[in-house]
Amino acid sequence: MTQPNRVTGGLINRDAALGFSFNGKSMTGHPGDTLASALLANGQKLVGRSFKYHRPRGIFTAGSEEPNALVQLRRGGHCEPNSRATVVELFEGLAAESQNHRPSLEFDLMAVNDLLSPFLSAGFYYKTFMWPKRFWERVYEPVIRASAGLGKLSMLADPDQYDKGFLHCDLLVIGAGPAGLSAALAAGRAGVRVIIADEDFLPGGRLNLESQSIDGVAGSEWAAACAAELDSLDNVRCMRRMTVFGAYDHGIFGAVERKTDHLAESAGKPRQILWRIYAQRSLVCTGATERAIAFGGNDRPNVMLAGAARGFLNRFGVAAGRRIAVFTNNDSGWRTAADFAKAGLDVAAIIDTRETPRVSGPGDVTNLLGRRVVATSGRKSIRSITLSDGLRLSVDCLAVSGGWSPNLQLTCHKRNRPRWEERVAAFVPGSDPDRGMRVAGAVDGQFTLAGCLRAGQEAGIGAAVEFGRAAPALELPRVEAEGCGITPFWHVAESRGRCWLDLQNDVTVKDVELSHREGFKSVEHLKRYTTLGMATDQGKTANVPALAIMASLTGTSIEKTGTTIYRPPYTPVSIGTLAGRSRGREFRPTRLTPSHEWAHARGAVFVEAGNWLRAQWFPIEGETHWRQSVDREVIATRRSVGICDVTTLGKIDIQGRDANLFLNRVYANGFATLAVGRVRYGLMLREDGIAYDDGTTARLGDNHYVMTTTTANAVLVFRQLEFARQCLWPELDVHLISVTDGWAQFAVAGPNSRALLSKLVTEDISNHAFPFMACGDVTLCGKVPGRLFRISFSGELAYEVAVPSRYGNSMMATLMQAGEEFDAVPYGTEALGVMRIEKGHAAGNELNGHTTALNLGLGRMVSQKKDCIGNVLSRREEMNSPDALRLMGFRPVDRGEELSAGAHFFAKGEARNMQNDQGWLSSAAWSPILGHSIGLGFIRDGANRIGGEVIAADPLRGREVTAEIVSPHFLDPEGERLRG
Amino acid sequence: MIINHPLLGPRDAAEFTYLGDVSLINRPDWKDAEAERKFHDYLYLRDNPAGEHRELWYHEQGDRSWLVVTRDTVTHEVKRVELAREAALAMGRGK
Repeated sequence: MTQPNRVTGGLINRDAALGFSFNGKSMTGHPGDTLASALLANGQKLVGRSFKYHRPRGIFTAGSEEPNALVQLRRGGHCEPNSRATVVELFEGLAAESQNHRPSLEFDLMAVNDLLSPFLSAGFYYKTFMWPKRFWERVYEPVIRASAGLGKLSMLADPDQYDKGFLHCDLLVIGAGPAGLSAALAAGRAGVRVIIADEDFLPGGRLNLESQSIDGVAGSEWAAACAAELDSLDNVRCMRRMTVFGAYDHGIFGAVERKTDHLAESAGKPRQILWRIYAQRSLVCTGATERAIAFGGNDRPNVMLAGAARGFLNRFGVAAGRRIAVFTNNDSGWRTAADFAKAGLDVAAIIDTRETPRVSGPGDVTNLLGRRVVATSGRKSIRSITLSDGLRLSVDCLAVSGGWSPNLQLTCHKRNRPRWEERVAAFVPGSDPDRGMRVAGAVDGQFTLAGCLRAGQEAGIGAAVEFGRAAPALELPRVEAEGCGITPFWHVAESRGRCWLDLQNDVTVKDVELSHREGFKSVEHLKRYTTLGMATDQGKTANVPALAIMASLTGTSIEKTGTTIYRPPYTPVSIGTLAGRSRGREFRPTRLTPSHEWAHARGAVFVEAGNWLRAQWFPIEGETHWRQSVDREVIATRRSVGICDVTTLGKIDIQGRDANLFLNRVYANGFATLAVGRVRYGLMLREDGIAYDDGTTARLGDNHYVMTTTTANAVLVFRQLEFARQCLWPELDVHLISVTDGWAQFAVAGPNSRALLSKLVTEDISNHAFPFMACGDVTLCGKVPGRLFRISFSGELAYEVAVPSRYGNSMMATLMQAGEEFDAVPYGTEALGVMRIEKGHAAGNELNGHTTALNLGLGRMVSQKKDCIGNVLSRREEMNSPDALRLMGFRPVDRGEELSAGAHFFAKGEARNMQNDQGWLSSAAWSPILGHSIGLGFIRDGANRIGGEVIAADPLRGREVTAEIVSPHFLDPEGERLRG
Repeated sequence: MIINHPLLGPRDAAEFTYLGDVSLINRPDWKDAEAERKFHDYLYLRDNPAGEHRELWYHEQGDRSWLVVTRDTVTHEVKRVELAREAALAMGRGK
């Protein structure tokens, strides 16, 4: 297919053709094109429908500020909505679709919204859809969502890879336009470590879009030569396709580098890289963005910014129109007329709002001074314009310039406020934007090429000197003189049609006026009420005109009206890039227990517990339901012996002369009297008196202890202990190290546990030599050093045996082998849970951050005779009321019924509401030993209510059970088994 | 943010966990006649200054040092970094 609007010139490779499609229509372009330039070359002026009114829209800019030309790129999981056609690099086979229309771009039924626009003004959804209330979620919201919107997600996982990386430099130059290139060259030649980043694939910035020359060569050529030199310097990294999107504390910047977005396939390479850049100094050379003027019908396709119109012509050899008019309030607009005339294209007129601009255009072009465009016509493309004096001109493109706004976002990310500069009628960065940050070029209000080159070079030399380098001898490039005069002009008041400000969000001047009338006068309110400046373009072309109009409505200056706060990112960053490789299974690390391989081979079912994968149960042949496996494991353990990997419990090695004193202060119960070779249960409180964590601590030597914590709190307890050691009691001689991963630990529980272990342990572990709560170093299998603890979570005669982790997998196998004669079983976390509920031990469900030692029935453990964390505030009145919640056991009165965790307790016959709530059931299980359901829970004044009956109501599951309050120790309350 | 660790040099803030005001070092005396009130104030009442703030950071992804970082809460400028153990001793802990 031909490219009707392709003319001569431009920085594209005409020798190669690239085939692409738009809404299924085949087109061709060239390497060096963007999707936008290729669409224009092919005569495609209508590219999308607007967000709210579904107005036909065309390409408005030639850069990342584009509000209109948002397209859906690629297919399937690679599909990327809301891509700005103006920054999408063309590649062979690119498939783009327009967005937000039903059924098609050309014929959009939803354009009916446009006729309804009087009802869809600013804040319409706050007003119109408030009644009836229940309609919001069911009717209004889904309808609005379906009719307003941008692109659509594929709902498929993104198959591409994204990476993250870190970069360090002396000087980060952001933007490779004339100022940035000059600065990087000056600093780079002086030997400074420079990174220069630009969002474009071609360094040069406006130099590639303008027809100006430097030192007698085209600006683009000068830029290419600069970039080539920067590429050749070892101390300079010139990064293309890289957007620095945010400035953060201490000279840290966030940037996205698009590695394969411009290719048809990523071919295994990361698609984008999220860089974190640490820069000693930064130089913001981000240039400026042109802004529009608000006049009637200024949103028609092929009304575009003047700088974009000549940009497409100069850089891509594309004529946006064959008969163009320019509407401007400043000198730069005249360049569009000049460039079009030079290319032999028809320029209908230059319309300048100023009576006496000090600029001259091409000789044969009509200058209409002191006049304004009041209206336009044309549906899918502009056809004519009408001026304030009634003159009507037929045109196929209108180039508009309302002046330029510096791209100062990065200078404001740390809350510095910009300053209004009357000379250029624009906000410029406030003084001292941030420590180590400088600005140069158009971003600083330097709107001439000569000014940009000089400012950049000076900044580069300045940086070189700051880093102790000799200032390089450089000459300033020679350029033609140019003007940058402007007389602010924002809005053609005599226009009767809608005057658009924010094209992306369909915000008009009328909306701003309404916002003002209804009291939303501050710019932040204006933004939220009208949605001005939201979404993908963040109002880059719209914000300043809108707040200028608000300023005139409120009668204050633009400076006082101010801008909304700029926040990162400068341009949209995809979630995939921010996630990097931390997705799916790699979202966080998976920790495997030492016996994982053994358990896996045995067919264990695993459960995630924090980062750990733990065996939940071990099904054997013939078992079809998890309860069969768990019941069997519990019964086998209680009758003979079972083995469970308990490595995941936190283990902290504590040593030092004051270790004993330290433990006595971090545990609520006494530890001063713990003898060497003995273990004690310990309860930790938070300083506010709430129960925090529990576990056992073994005294291995005079100054040597090993503490266990719950799996969930292992990291937090360690952090807290370090805090206590370093900040609260710095005088103590005590040292901590986490040994959770160093030791594999197994519970061996059941009446035959001693018999089993005696086969493997060299030492005497008879009840006399190694009684309940004994601990010590042992030798296993005649040679492996280990530790043995006689502790019990199951309530049975039980031990925990620890060996260095590397022996863990074979230890499990060895224990099972030794247990064959006892029919030993491995058991998982479910059986562990059943047995601890039968025994009435608290676990995570009970230690939930709201319960006290008193609630847990451990009130008497809290010593008031020593200094320890939490004991003072545990005395608070409210936490010691006589009818406080108590941890009790529960069983269904009808033994056939099942209790469920989460149920709340009510007296019989009372309404199920908050006032009557007496507590809750925290854990429940089927006890295969007792043959019925059992539970643990907290209930008011529970200790005095044994034998009483309550309703355990579980409205979520629609279940109510009458339960009897019993002792939490369902099994062996005297503890005879574990001492046996 | 970058925290200049007294032992390890400049480290990215992502390696640290934040706790809060340095006054958390001043844990009251449990034997004090007004111990309950003092512990209440210690635990719940803290200043929230706009400007210079001494605060506790923990180098969890590093050497496990607790640090006292003097930071301007408005600009995030870090003015001073000390080992919390030394700061605690200087504040009279351990006497």
